[in-house]
Amino acid sequence: MNAPARDQGASGYRIAIVREIIDPAAVLALVRDPADGAVLLFLGKVRDHAEGRRVGGMRYEAYQPMAEKELNAIVEEAARQLGTDRIVVVHRVGDLAVGEVSVAIAVSSSHRGEAYQASRFIIEEVKKRLPVWKQEQYADGEAAWVQGQTLEAIEDAR
Amino acid sequence: MQVRSLFFAAYRDAMGTGTLDVDLPEGATVGDLVSSIRSRGAPFNRLPKAPAVAINHEVMRGDARLTEGDEIAFLPPVAGG
Repeated sequence: MNAPARDQGASGYRIAIVREIIDPAAVLALVRDPADGAVLLFLGKVRDHAEGRRVGGMRYEAYQPMAEKELNAIVEEAARQLGTDRIVVVHRVGDLAVGEVSVAIAVSSSHRGEAYQASRFIIEEVKKRLPVWKQEQYADGEAAWVQGQTLEAIEDAR
Repeated sequence: MQVRSLFFAAYRDAMGTGTLDVDLPEGATVGDLVSSIRSRGAPFNRLPKAPAVAINHEVMRGDARLTEGDEIAFLPPVAGG
């Protein structure tokens, strides 16, 4: 991921869904703020096994426009509830190898409490709400979509 | 009216396509669209009877009404992160 440069102290969260490898240092650099005393980085990555089978990689797919909109909404909720908008979330799609980063969440805040809360809230909501799917590519050549969580309509029917 | 259906992940694999344009009578609902797609027979009858859907990027219920040009995405259970 080619992270754009950011001025120290600039505010505003940002999100992205990318195909390129995620560079954790670039994500961290985006949340730097001299007024903050805590910075937390969460990385989700592809593990080499699933229910006893060896996994060689993971294919991620997103409904991109909706995923961007939903990720924006999640981060906005976290920012509003926890009072820090120094948040960057990057989710990767495409074919990932074992050990590669699928999602990075960086939060910077005055104190550590809000950073831990925001980071945890965001990853749990991402798993529940983001229209993203992943397919395990097994070492034996087979592949299977990972069983996920069913999306529920929260709005009334129009 | 015509609407566009999108299938993702396991649904796309099952349908053999990611996109399907469907003609429906005015006032049709998401449920009517699902019935219309399933009535085409194999492989389209593999779409669940009540799948999660988003209309124009918003998750909606099966009784939501459709309008001309809507984009209806059929969303298998999600597994991001």
